Amino acid sequence: MKFLRQTLAIAAKDLRSEIRGKEAVNASVSFALVILLLFSFAFDLEPEEIREIAGGLLWLIFAFAGTLILNRSFARELTNDCLDALLASPVSGAQLFFGKCLANYVLIIIVECISLPVFAIFYNIRLPQRLALLFLVMLLGTWGITVIGTLFSAMTVNLRLRELMLPTLVYPMLIPALVGAIQLSRVLIAGGSLAENMIWFRVLVAFNVIFTILSLALVEIVLVG
Amino acid sequence: MRLKIILTLTAVAGLILVWNLHRIFLQVPDEANQGAIFRIIYFHVPAAITSFTGFYTAMALGIGYLIKKDLRLDSIAASINEVSLAFATITICTGSIWARIIWGIWWTWDYRLTSYFVCLLIYFGYFMLRRAIDDPTARARLSAVLSIFACVDIVLVWKSIEWFRTQHPGPVLEIRGGGGMAPGMEAPLWWNFLALFMLATALILIRTRQETMKLEIDALRREAHAF
Amino acid sequence: MPATNAVMIEGVWKYYGDYPALRDISFDVDGGACLALLGRNGAGKTTLLRILGGLSKAARGRISILGKDARAGATRQRIGILGHGIGVYEELSAFENLNMFGQLYGLDDPRRTASEWLERTGLDRVRDGLVREFSRGMRQRLAVARCFLHNPSLLLLDEPFTALDDRAIAVLQDLLKSALAQGRTIIMSTHQLREALELATDVALINRGKLAYRGPRSWEMLEDPGWLYRHYGEA
Repeated sequence: MKFLRQTLAIAAKDLRSEIRGKEAVNASVSFALVILLLFSFAFDLEPEEIREIAGGLLWLIFAFAGTLILNRSFARELTNDCLDALLASPVSGAQLFFGKCLANYVLIIIVECISLPVFAIFYNIRLPQRLALLFLVMLLGTWGITVIGTLFSAMTVNLRLRELMLPTLVYPMLIPALVGAIQLSRVLIAGGSLAENMIWFRVLVAFNVIFTILSLALVEIVLVG
Repeated sequence: MRLKIILTLTAVAGLILVWNLHRIFLQVPDEANQGAIFRIIYFHVPAAITSFTGFYTAMALGIGYLIKKDLRLDSIAASINEVSLAFATITICTGSIWARIIWGIWWTWDYRLTSYFVCLLIYFGYFMLRRAIDDPTARARLSAVLSIFACVDIVLVWKSIEWFRTQHPGPVLEIRGGGGMAPGMEAPLWWNFLALFMLATALILIRTRQETMKLEIDALRREAHAF
Repeated sequence: MPATNAVMIEGVWKYYGDYPALRDISFDVDGGACLALLGRNGAGKTTLLRILGGLSKAARGRISILGKDARAGATRQRIGILGHGIGVYEELSAFENLNMFGQLYGLDDPRRTASEWLERTGLDRVRDGLVREFSRGMRQRLAVARCFLHNPSLLLLDEPFTALDDRAIAVLQDLLKSALAQGRTIIMSTHQLREALELATDVALINRGKLAYRGPRSWEMLEDPGWLYRHYGEA
């Protein structure tokens, strides 16, 4: 129980900081809107064609905007040497990591929930009847992005080129989760047989489970040694 | 002693390759569907297997470092990853050439080529990370962790892209021809694999020696700086 | 408190890239002692304190803190660290900071303990103010509160008197005196020789990563704080 309370204390701290400052969320939402705008110039397609690629576009937006939030995750602890204060406390690396994952997850979901309706409006996409399922895909896919992004944020926290390196390291790792999320989103938005695509739910769940466990196991080594 | 091993490996590998080239070009007949270009498989597949073997061996050595804290294990792992990255590049290049001849295009998002490409990107990231870390202990530790993540991820990448391509078919590099290969045609494949494997080992030995010397120089510099 | 060794350091080496920050450091600190860790900038004091606090690992050697490994959860529960950075969050209020650390240290009633410590450090009137708006002295006092919050048995302080205003210095000295009276152990690195040597029972001098002197604090040091550097520091 104490394990959970300490983890939630860390998550609450991150969320409170971010909600007060709103820096990362603002930057992330702005970035998402800019990408939506740029896409409108890049793709001049008929509505049916837009529906086909909507699933993919959506996850590109989520992945890019999410990275802005993930970049800040451990970097925010460098001010005032707060990371040292946290590591010196009895909290384990796994708790610190998981607390930050929870906070990042909430923040990225917020950005996605703002981006999705804007996306639907800009591209005249009627959101599917199966909105609940689309939301489920968002929840699953975003956890994958969060876990990998938070761990690599921990890995690169002390490096000079942190902002450059995080995207380069994270995106290739995320391919399985992004492919699954894109495929499911495409089927849900453009229509298609969900039954044939059930495997992608399994891929997302497997990705999340495997990398959550691996991260929890290795984060202490990453942070301290 | 070490130099002798390296030279012997290279010489034997060279001999096998030359003999094999003779066999491949002059003795093995053209494949029914693909013609002469089929022969590229004799380099494409062994390079692929060598690189994957390398990545996973390096991961094991990384885990060994995390347990034993011996920096030499990290040096060997980094060398293996570097050589494997080179062989992965060879795999992609031969695949691309193959695609150009068969399909007339330099690239196809065939699931194998795409997966190799992701591998390439992941290990580019690995070396970028190594370059950004000055402290050898931190570099070894973080490289080992990244190696573990990479190798676990590659399995998922491979399978997920394969499934994606079954749903969105495109030009496929059907390397294996219609089904299997006739027995006479398979043997050179394994000989080439042996040759490339020996070459890779020689390169790894050279590279490891460089890394170890670098650590020694670091240690000497440490002592000098102390006074 | 028994006079057992609170801290045992044996053959510790630490490298940063090429440079040996610590070279074969070995000494002990008794329970209840106050050790002043002296040395020039770059001597290795901060490096040693970080290793003792479990924030860094020695390349070679053994450390035993209160009988256990520095990184063990039980050990970290009993150590209070005050580093160069104040270790509190700018965007949170003083109370929120202390409350959060109280939760991390598993205190029974973090809110009450936080309030108590805000009073003791004279910050109760700004308890809901964001740290971002605090003066330097106020931040240092909050850092001190964070350090003492969970009643640590061992205090590791890295140049704690640096950049403190008079009020903060007074608060800290009081707290350290009462901590010693309660039998806690203190290891404090410092440039402010006068304040530190008044409290210290023991002294260690680190010179370029090596232990140049280890012994009890003598009256010569108190009379003439530069004495140690002249005798054991480098020429």
